[in-house]
Amino acid sequence: MLKIENLKVRVEGKEILNGVNLEVKPGEVHAIMGPNGSGKSTLAHILAGRGDYEVVEGKATWHGQDLLEMEPEERAYAGLFLAFQYPVEIPGVNNVYLLKAALNAIRENRGEEPIDSADFLALVKEKMKLMGMDEAFIRRSVNEGFSGGEKKRNEIFQMLVLEPTLAVLDETDSGLDIDALKIVAQGINKLRSDDRAFVMVTHYQRLLDYVEPDFVHVLSGGRIAKSGDKNLAVELEKHGYDWIEKEATSA
Amino acid sequence: MSEQSAKERFLAQFERVSQHEDALAPLRRDALARFRELGLPTRHQEDWKYTSVRQIEQNDFELPADTLEIPDDLARREGVPGLDAARLVFVNGRYSESLSHTEGLPDGVSVRSLAQAIGEAPERVREDIARQSGLDFSGFTALNTAFVEDGAVLEVAANTAVENPIELLFLSVAGDQSRYVFHPRVLIRMGQGAEATVLEHHAGVNGASNFNNAVTEITLDDQARLEHYRIQRESTAGFHIGSVHVDQGRASRYVNHNINLGGALVRNDINSRLSDVEAEAVFNGLYLVSNKQHVDNHTCVDHASPHTYSDELYKGVLDGKGKAVFNGRVKVHPDAQKIEAHQKNDNLLLSKLAEIDTKPELEIYADDVICSHGATVGQIDRGALFYLRSRGIDEAKARDLLTYAFAESVIERMPLAAVREWLEGLVVNRISGEGLLDDLETEGE
Ligand SMILES: Nc1ncnc2c1ncn2[C@@H]1O[C@H](COP(=O)(O)OP(=O)(O)OP(=O)(O)O)[C@@H](O)[C@H]1O
Ligand SMILES: [Mg+2]
Repeated sequence: MLKIENLKVRVEGKEILNGVNLEVKPGEVHAIMGPNGSGKSTLAHILAGRGDYEVVEGKATWHGQDLLEMEPEERAYAGLFLAFQYPVEIPGVNNVYLLKAALNAIRENRGEEPIDSADFLALVKEKMKLMGMDEAFIRRSVNEGFSGGEKKRNEIFQMLVLEPTLAVLDETDSGLDIDALKIVAQGINKLRSDDRAFVMVTHYQRLLDYVEPDFVHVLSGGRIAKSGDKNLAVELEKHGYDWIEKEATSA
Repeated sequence: MSEQSAKERFLAQFERVSQHEDALAPLRRDALARFRELGLPTRHQEDWKYTSVRQIEQNDFELPADTLEIPDDLARREGVPGLDAARLVFVNGRYSESLSHTEGLPDGVSVRSLAQAIGEAPERVREDIARQSGLDFSGFTALNTAFVEDGAVLEVAANTAVENPIELLFLSVAGDQSRYVFHPRVLIRMGQGAEATVLEHHAGVNGASNFNNAVTEITLDDQARLEHYRIQRESTAGFHIGSVHVDQGRASRYVNHNINLGGALVRNDINSRLSDVEAEAVFNGLYLVSNKQHVDNHTCVDHASPHTYSDELYKGVLDGKGKAVFNGRVKVHPDAQKIEAHQKNDNLLLSKLAEIDTKPELEIYADDVICSHGATVGQIDRGALFYLRSRGIDEAKARDLLTYAFAESVIERMPLAAVREWLEGLVVNRISGEGLLDDLETEGE
């Protein structure tokens, strides 16, 4: 469904991604690990359509269609979802209003009727319960004053309501306590299916204990320096990234 | 247009109208003399540096002849809907008894037209008029006093709480040929511990290009509380010069909600003097300007006594070639220790051609005070825009939504739900011409 080929990206004249290749098929779970500043969030943002980056070379396709040409909202309609590493606070925009507008926009694009208000409320309450969120969040502004962990939960809550076919989760596990991590993992597993895929950016093997990945990639030096299965994550946990970087430069 | 200057025209107008030889006649003549000296403000004056009144000078305004008849439902349509309020309606500055209803107010509350009050108790009116504003606050104030005739007088006796709000609806209605000028005056006197909510609501009808020169004076005795909504919705061709002058006694609380949606040229001066300890003033302001509108808000909180508090938040949304001015003055007298004064002015620029001049003006002569001020001028937040779009909200709607959210934080500070809902609708319409935010209003959860 997603194919990234030789993607090179610059930010403010600085090369961040330097030839990334990645293919994601329905049903797969990919984990992307890598040192701070290696470009993981940049990759995630590029996929969601953030405009601040300059694509120098390469391409990304979504079911054969040029993804990089699509507006962010069009990507959402196509079934893409990004859980932000730093979810944005938007005072004055109601959390649930946003979600309803988003869901209806997506439905409209699929040629479906807007969701009935009562059905929507029931759906929201069900998913909130699943995420262990207080119903008071219904009335609050988007992420405003949410704690770090609450923001992450809110991202997954949104994902559960919008039901994307590809979810890119950027460090959704960072800053979560053990219980919250389990809840978030449960949310992800709930959505896992043969026709959905996940790309999870993470620093910790912990999340991967709960959401088992099919592939683990290391992003380093602006490209995928190494790929493997879940055992790669275990090795990284033990030995860090040094050896990979050495391996990559000597290769 | 005549060769006369605007000042000469106003002076000649004064001579032309038959003067009532009532108790106010000497005051009117004094005020006219002051106006003769002051004239209309010019941009050479520091307080008028960013606002030119040339548009007013270039027009010939007539004093309205006798009361213009307007259909009954017009007042109903223009007033705040769904508000359980006593309502006094003015048409081009003149009180209309048939359109007004003042039943149901509790004992201890007297509300009537200024014309009536002058007839019944001229000495009392004489005492209150120009007491807070002075004659020479500006040439416009002097002009208002020189022509003072009608308006509203509200008196609330000590320890009387008026539950229902009182709406003073000033309709500016287009004449067949002429542009009109009128000088409404509002006098409010709140006794000790009295409480009330007043909506001073200026609305332009049918594209009226009149000049509304309004002055409001308010006296709050000790512990009195007044919630004062000042809603300016002149036509986009209308001229509005308004000032509010408040004097606050011990532990009184004055809240001013200054909402500006209309007008071609608008200038508001909101002034409160905190004359005794524990007095508190809260100023909320919102201005939406687009096309070629010009809206200038000057505010002044005068901390004349120790242990007084003020809190001010003004927000502006500027689009098209709109221009706005914010000048927030805070005065702290040398012996006014332990005061607290906060001020904030935030502006959202939606177009490259829009302009804002914002300036705090602090005159602090005491040292043991807590003061803060800040002004921001920004555009739609890109991070927030991307977040919304990534969820499937299209760009145009995401922009409208963020603009609305910016403005809404001022409306949120209003206690009256009926006013909030009504204003939210008006603001949504202004911001989202394409109706992208229609679903906002149906969102009850
Ligand atoms: N707008 C920008 N301007 C300048 N540099 C940027 C910008 N955005 C990202 N960068 C730089 O690009 C590099 C990659 O950043 P990115 O956020 O993608 O890293 P990351 O792998 O997600 O790191 P972390 O693990 O800390 O989240 C960093 O060096 C960062 O400073
Ligand atoms: Mg990152």
